[in-house]
Amino acid sequence: MSALSNSNWSRRSLFRAAAGMAAAGSLAACGGNNGRSGGSGSGVDLTQFFHAYGEAGTEQAIKKYAKAYDKANVTTQWITSADFESKLFATLLTKNAPDLFEFHPQIQMIKSGQVADLTDIIDPVKSDFNPADIKSHTVDGKIYGVRMIDDPQFFFYRKSMLEKAKVEVPTTLDELMEAAAKLTTGKVKGLYMGNDLHNVINPMIWSAGADTLDAKNQIAYHTPGVIEGIKKMRKLFTSGNLLLGAPTESWDPSSLNQGLCAIQFCGMWAMPGIQKALGDDWGVFPFPKTVDSGKQSVYNGGWSMFVNAKGKNVDAAKEYVKWLWIDQKEYQEDWATSYGFHIPPRTSIAQSATKLKSGNAAEGVRLFNEFGHFDNIGWTQAMISALEDVFANSVRKDMDPEAALDKADTAVNRELKKLFG
Amino acid sequence: MSTTKTRDLARPAPAKASPAKPRRGLRGSPTFNFWLFTGPFLIGLAIFVYAPILWSLWLSFFEARFTVTPDKFVGFENYTYMLTNDDFVGSLVTFTVFAAFIVPTTWALSLGLALLVNRLRFMRAFFRSVFFLPTACSYVAAALIWKMSIFSGVRFGLMNTVIGWFGVENIAWLADPNPPWYWLVIVTARLWLQSGFYMILFLAALQNIPGELYEAAAIDGAKPGWQTFRHITLPQLRATSTAVILLLLIAAYQAFDEFFNLLSKTTWGRPPLVELYYKALGESQDYGSGSAGAVILTVLICAVTLLQGKFMGFGRGDESK
Repeated sequence: MSALSNSNWSRRSLFRAAAGMAAAGSLAACGGNNGRSGGSGSGVDLTQFFHAYGEAGTEQAIKKYAKAYDKANVTTQWITSADFESKLFATLLTKNAPDLFEFHPQIQMIKSGQVADLTDIIDPVKSDFNPADIKSHTVDGKIYGVRMIDDPQFFFYRKSMLEKAKVEVPTTLDELMEAAAKLTTGKVKGLYMGNDLHNVINPMIWSAGADTLDAKNQIAYHTPGVIEGIKKMRKLFTSGNLLLGAPTESWDPSSLNQGLCAIQFCGMWAMPGIQKALGDDWGVFPFPKTVDSGKQSVYNGGWSMFVNAKGKNVDAAKEYVKWLWIDQKEYQEDWATSYGFHIPPRTSIAQSATKLKSGNAAEGVRLFNEFGHFDNIGWTQAMISALEDVFANSVRKDMDPEAALDKADTAVNRELKKLFG
Repeated sequence: MSTTKTRDLARPAPAKASPAKPRRGLRGSPTFNFWLFTGPFLIGLAIFVYAPILWSLWLSFFEARFTVTPDKFVGFENYTYMLTNDDFVGSLVTFTVFAAFIVPTTWALSLGLALLVNRLRFMRAFFRSVFFLPTACSYVAAALIWKMSIFSGVRFGLMNTVIGWFGVENIAWLADPNPPWYWLVIVTARLWLQSGFYMILFLAALQNIPGELYEAAAIDGAKPGWQTFRHITLPQLRATSTAVILLLLIAAYQAFDEFFNLLSKTTWGRPPLVELYYKALGESQDYGSGSAGAVILTVLICAVTLLQGKFMGFGRGDESK
C-alpha cells in the first residue's frame, strides 16, 4: 500500500491542505510570470495597450523601450488587432483601464473625458511635429495625444505583371478598373483592396473631391462624385477582377507577395516585407481620381499615444509619454523605421531617417506629402461605421447609393448633434 | 485461508439506529447544508447575471454614451431608437432565418447520428467520441478554420479546390453576399460544433425507451424501420425533442462568435447580439441604446421560450406523452 493511503486524512486536514494550496496559488500569482516588463521603476505601475502590429520585432521593441524607463514599471498589453478597439473601450470603463493606450484622435473620447490634455508636454516641441498631426489632435486649442507614427496608405503593384500586360500605372478609377481586368489571369486577380473594402472608403471619397466632414463639422461626403464613385466600385466588385475572400486582410501584404493579385491596397509599413519577398519588382501609386474633377489621394493613417484621464497615475503616465515619444528620438526613429516603414511625425526625425530617403520609401514619403489626408478628429467611430455600412450595402450588396448615403446621413447627423449640438 | 479470515475481520458492523441526540457540523443542519452548497452559486448568479441585467435595465433609460454611470434620464428614447432602427429590426429577421435553418437541421442531424450510433455493434464508443468531440472546440477557432481554410475564397481553399476539380470557378464564400453562400458556411460550422452534444441527449433518451415496447409492436405486426420509428421511437423522444428544440432556439438567439468572426462588419448576416455589439456596445460605446436592445431581446427570448414550451408541452411530464 502506498504511504498516502496509510495516512489518517481527516476532514480538517483536507481543508487545511486545500487552504494551503489556495494560498500557494495566490503567492505564485505574485511571482515573476505576471507579464511585467521588469523595469527598475520607483514603484509606480503603468499599463499600456498596443494593438498587435504585424511586423516582427515590434512587441519586443515596445517592451524594450518600457524597460529602459526607470521612473515607473511599465507593462505592455499586446492585443490582437481585431479585438483591440472593443477591449480598449470596454476596459476604459473599469478599474483595470490602461494608463496609456494607442488609438486614433477622436473627439468623442475628449468630450467624455477619457483622454488627458497633453498640451503642456507637447507645446515646447510643437513646431517640430507635422502641423497636420498637431491639428488632428487639437480641440479648443488643447492637444490630446502624441502622434507616434504616420502611415500613408496606397496601392502596391508588381511592375513585371503590369509590363507583361502592357498596363500603365492608373491615375483614374476607370483606368484602375481596366488595369484590373487586363491583369486578371487564371491564377492571379488584378486587384485586392481588402475583403471588406473598408480601407479604401476615405481615399475614394477624397479622390472624388469630397471629404468626410467640412470645416463646420457638417456632412461633406454626400456628393454626386461620391455616388458616381460608389457605382464604379460596385462595377469593380462584380467584375470578377477583384480578389475576394483572401485569407489575410489588406493590411497584410501576403496576397501581393504570394502572387494572388497584381495590385494591392496596403500601407507603407509593409514595404520591408514586400521588398524582401519581391526584390525591386514593385512600386506604389496613390488612390486614383474617382471622377475627372477629383484628385488622387492618400490616407495618412497612423497611431497616437493617449493618456487615460481617469487613470490612477495620470501625471506619471504623461511623464512616460514625454520621455518616450518626445525626448527619446532614437527610439522614435527605431519604432518608425526598423520594423515596418512609417513616417516619423517629428520633422527632424523624418528628415534624418536614411531608410526613407531612397527607392519606394522615398516615393511613399512624396505621396504622403503631395496627396495625403489626415485624420479628422470630429470623424468618430460611429460615423466610420455608417460609411462602412454604405460600402457594404451599395458596393457589395447592390443597394442604391443615394438611399445608402441617406441612411448614413441619419446616423452621422445623430452623432454630430450629440457631439456638437 | 487468510483471505477468508481477512474478509471476516472486515465485515461491517450491523446497522444501528441513529442516536436521538442532535447532530453537529455539516450533517447537522439541512438548512446550513443547503446554503453551504448553493450559496456560492447563488452569489455568482446574483453578481454575474442578475446585477448586470438590472444595471442594463437601468442604463436603458439613460443617455449612457462612453459611460456606464450616466446621469441624464431619457425615458423610453433608447427603446424608440432601437425599435425604429432598421438594422436592429433586420437583425431579428436574420435570426429568424438562421433559426429556421439551424434548429430543424441540428435536430434532425443529432437524432440521425444518435440512431446510427445507437445501432452500432462495433466501435460504438469511438463513433460517439468522434461526433461529440467538436463540442469541445471553441466557436472562434472553428470559425477561423472555416473562414481561412475550408471556405477561403482563394484558389487553395479546400472547398474551392474541390469545386475546381469539376471546373467551377472560385467562390468568395464570405466576401460576396450575392448569392448568400455565407449561410452555408455559418450553418455547417454550427452543425459541426453542436450536433454531437445534442446527439448525446438523444442517445440517452433512446436508451431509456423500454425494449418491451418494440417487442410488443413486433408481435402486433409492426414493421421495423420507419413504422416503428414513427409510432414508437419518435413519440418516446418527445420530451427530449422539446428540450433540444428549446435549447437550440435559445442558442440561436445567442449566436455571436461564428457570425462575428466569419462576417466581420457586414450589414447582412447580423444576428441580434452582433448588431447590438456593433451599433451600441462595441465601438460606438452607446451603452444606453445597447442596453435597451438587450432588454428587448431578453423579453423576446422569454416570450418565445414560454410560447414554445406551451405549444410543445415542455415540463408537463409523463402525462403529456
